[in-house]
Amino acid sequence: MKSLGLSRRNLMLRGTLGGIGVTVGVPILDAFLDTNGAAFAAELGGGRRPVRFGTWFWGCGMIPERWQPKATGAGYDLPPQLAPIAPVRDHVTVLSGFDVVLDGKGNLPHISGNTAVRTGAPADVWQSIQAPTIDVAIADMIGAGTFFKSLELSADGDPRTSYSFRNGTTINAAVPSPAELYAKIFGADFHDPNKADFKPDPKFMVRRSVLSGVSEQRQALLKSVGAADRARLDQYFTSLRETENKLALQLQKPPAAEACIVPSAPAAAPSGDITDVRGRRATHKVMADLLAMALACNQTRVFNMTYSTAASDLREAGNTTGYHQITHEEPIDRTIGFQPRVDVFATQSMEAWADFVAALAAIKEGDGTLLDNTLVFAHSDVSYAKNHDVTGIPVMLAGSAGKKFKTGVHINGAGEPISRIGLTVQQAMGLPVDGWGMDAMRTKRPVSELFV
Amino acid sequence: MTGTTRPLRSPLLWSAFALLGACGLAAARADEPTAPIGPSQVRRLSEAQYRNTIADLFGPDIKVVGRFEPDMRGNGLLAVGSSAVSVSPSGFDQYEEIARGIAAQVTDKEHRAAQVGCEPGPADPKGLACARRFAEKFGLQLFRRPLASAEAAAWAQRAVQSGEALGNYDAGLAAVLAGMLTDPRFLFRIDMPGRDRVAIDGYSRAARLSYLLWDTTPDAELLEAARAGRLDSPEGLSAQVDRMIASARFAGGVRAFFTDFLRLDEIETLSKDALIFPAFSSSVANATREQTLRTITDLLIDHDGDYRDLFTTRRFAMTKALGPIYDIPIARDGWYMHEFPQGDPRAGLLTQASLLALHSHPGRTSPTLRGKALREVLLCETIPTPPANVNFAVVQDVNNPTLKTTRARLQAHLDDEECASCHRRTDPIGLGLEQFDGAGQFRTRENGETIDIRSQFDKVDFDGAAALGRLLHDDEAASTCLVKSVWRYANGRDAGDADTPSLEALTKHFAGDGHRFPALLRSIATDPAFYAFPATPRRSPRQVAASRITESSR
Repeated sequence: MKSLGLSRRNLMLRGTLGGIGVTVGVPILDAFLDTNGAAFAAELGGGRRPVRFGTWFWGCGMIPERWQPKATGAGYDLPPQLAPIAPVRDHVTVLSGFDVVLDGKGNLPHISGNTAVRTGAPADVWQSIQAPTIDVAIADMIGAGTFFKSLELSADGDPRTSYSFRNGTTINAAVPSPAELYAKIFGADFHDPNKADFKPDPKFMVRRSVLSGVSEQRQALLKSVGAADRARLDQYFTSLRETENKLALQLQKPPAAEACIVPSAPAAAPSGDITDVRGRRATHKVMADLLAMALACNQTRVFNMTYSTAASDLREAGNTTGYHQITHEEPIDRTIGFQPRVDVFATQSMEAWADFVAALAAIKEGDGTLLDNTLVFAHSDVSYAKNHDVTGIPVMLAGSAGKKFKTGVHINGAGEPISRIGLTVQQAMGLPVDGWGMDAMRTKRPVSELFV
Repeated sequence: MTGTTRPLRSPLLWSAFALLGACGLAAARADEPTAPIGPSQVRRLSEAQYRNTIADLFGPDIKVVGRFEPDMRGNGLLAVGSSAVSVSPSGFDQYEEIARGIAAQVTDKEHRAAQVGCEPGPADPKGLACARRFAEKFGLQLFRRPLASAEAAAWAQRAVQSGEALGNYDAGLAAVLAGMLTDPRFLFRIDMPGRDRVAIDGYSRAARLSYLLWDTTPDAELLEAARAGRLDSPEGLSAQVDRMIASARFAGGVRAFFTDFLRLDEIETLSKDALIFPAFSSSVANATREQTLRTITDLLIDHDGDYRDLFTTRRFAMTKALGPIYDIPIARDGWYMHEFPQGDPRAGLLTQASLLALHSHPGRTSPTLRGKALREVLLCETIPTPPANVNFAVVQDVNNPTLKTTRARLQAHLDDEECASCHRRTDPIGLGLEQFDGAGQFRTRENGETIDIRSQFDKVDFDGAAALGRLLHDDEAASTCLVKSVWRYANGRDAGDADTPSLEALTKHFAGDGHRFPALLRSIATDPAFYAFPATPRRSPRQVAASRITESSR
């Protein structure tokens, strides 16, 4: 068995148990006295609105000349592929020209770029992909006290489509359809935060107590296995603890959430080709609206929405060749200077992004909107897909993270490492990090122009 | 077709579709080894194993409702990935929800009598003794070993307390059953050392055996053999292995291996363009998988046939739903064995719609994907990932008036030396299969041109799919690859240098036994090496971190 050369860099991997306390059995009736839930509730109800964080991902990038604004600053111009965001432009900051720096590493098509944006380092071999992804680090910081520490969503129907992971064996599987999303958020375990009466259901106490019983085996089991297996079992118990915390919250009256209106169940998904681009946009929009309400109802503060997979899975029904294939094979039309069908698909991705921003902006919260109290970090896996270009991977931010960030500006990075954006975002969300990224992408310089 | 890849469902682990296709040796480090997955004491039950176990213990009418955390391929096999995965927070939520659904059914009015069989009464006013029997029974069945006495008492106590809190005794039983179904000792198979710490103990042996040979939990007889220590002796072990191979459940184990080995689980998410392939639907897709599995068990179990004949057999399992794909009228209901005539283009697994459709694009075929799958799955070879910057334009232009067929377009590709180094290994194989379209339907023309199926496999000329099957039948590498794959499947890990002698011996025996699959499983299951306890932790946590990306590009 060849051993893997490992570097200190893997220490960036947060311990699978980082900061999680050991669970001890909680006698059933003591569950009421548990203080965690009360503490969370106080924070939620105590006036300060939660700031949420999420990512929005689309595959196959854009055509730079058709997407990148020429003007920087506020009121930037909207080239054809960005035109769909016109109605929400003032909420959206465009970050162009920030590069994934390969620094001698190979470019794994559709992987290197995506993982570098999310983890601060490109990986040219599977083993060296860094973890956790930025959303997981942020969820560790702000995700406690809501029912879902984070919500992973994918509009492509496949739970495996997720770019959120703590480590390579703990990937956060996605909720792959509107119906499943609805059931998860607004199903049997949901308490309407605005309902006047609240009576804790003993079922939740019992479930919690039973899980406490399960966790009593932790020490004995961890002692009986080797180091690698111990880490895996430890992750299991960390996950168990998160569910216990969630059940503790079920015993508290949830703080009122002014913008929370329980939606009705979505219509059954249209049958047919899930990769068809028109159907995808519709599915995505339903999921975006449900997610917006999940945020408004304090069900989660961190999310990851995947519109299309890395190396986009989208197609037009009836066409033998899909978007990804087209990016590589469609000739550039010399009369117009770009790949015409690729242009259409790339523009459609921006239509979906505009739908997403609009869904969050549509919900009033205080004197602003839900979007104002959110920071959405949107990006793709490549810039120009034809040759898997990872320089200038398009990034957009929406929302001001609770008035911390400027919105509606265009900043050009002029080849600066794209990890600067990841660092900035983490700092905006309150993470105590002064540097982020690895090797040539290591940076201590946030994009300070973004801060108000 | 080359050039492109299936859309990557997840770049990280779950997807078995590595990047592929384009061209050439990925200049950079694609030839570097991916992380091997080493010995582990802890394997997560697969979704199929979980479902089989529930059906066996509680009966087939207990429904398992919910979405499982996806299984992960480790270097090509889910069974190997099972030694590397854990449970994520959302995965845990889902296991808990599924568990509660099962527990509620098991203790409901309809099933209570059979499953619980006792209740509080004058002799047992709180029902503590009944709860304890309940905990002991299901503890043994679910954890595959008896509960310690103190633990049984704790579960029973919790059941009674829970029942009191809920005002319903049976709801308390359901609550602890849900807890057991969420317990790591159920969700994972955890090997415990035997007294000598060199081999695993009897109960761990029982679990290894039953999940290998049956893909489900040990039955009462096997647990009893474990308790009595009979699995520690060669004779006792042999007796159980023979019993299990003779059992009807053995087919379940064989199907599980071939589902994993041939990646037939991926048919679940296979999508085809409905306008281009109107005959293909998800129910047809499932029927293609069932066809392949039934064809395999018919030959390997029912006829105790030679594994290699899978590549040439004209005897296909068939059912009405597959009529349109195979273009044969089928009036009868159910499954039957259909014999294609001598000389028919359909012969062998390579010509079954499952594999043909799985290794195609949603709207067209892909000789590259097909060739790559054959090399990697059936011959255990590795095809590197393509480099990032490739010009695909000529290769891929389906509207090019002078390059009408896939072959012509691919030829342009092969003329490029950088691309050709890999595509020479994959595309010629796939070109021989071009008479089957992206849904596995037979055709002789593409865009009006006659499809040429003359090609080469490792410098040997062949003419079409049936001929390719004959070459594979006679290729020793195919048998060696099968043995290695079964071994990795059984052990849930990759082979190291120290395992080479074992593998060589197995391969020799396999050939000596006439390539009989049940005999191969028997050899593995009766080999003391199969029950070795990992002596010391082989990997530190930091190494785990490094190997966490274990899906290879194979």
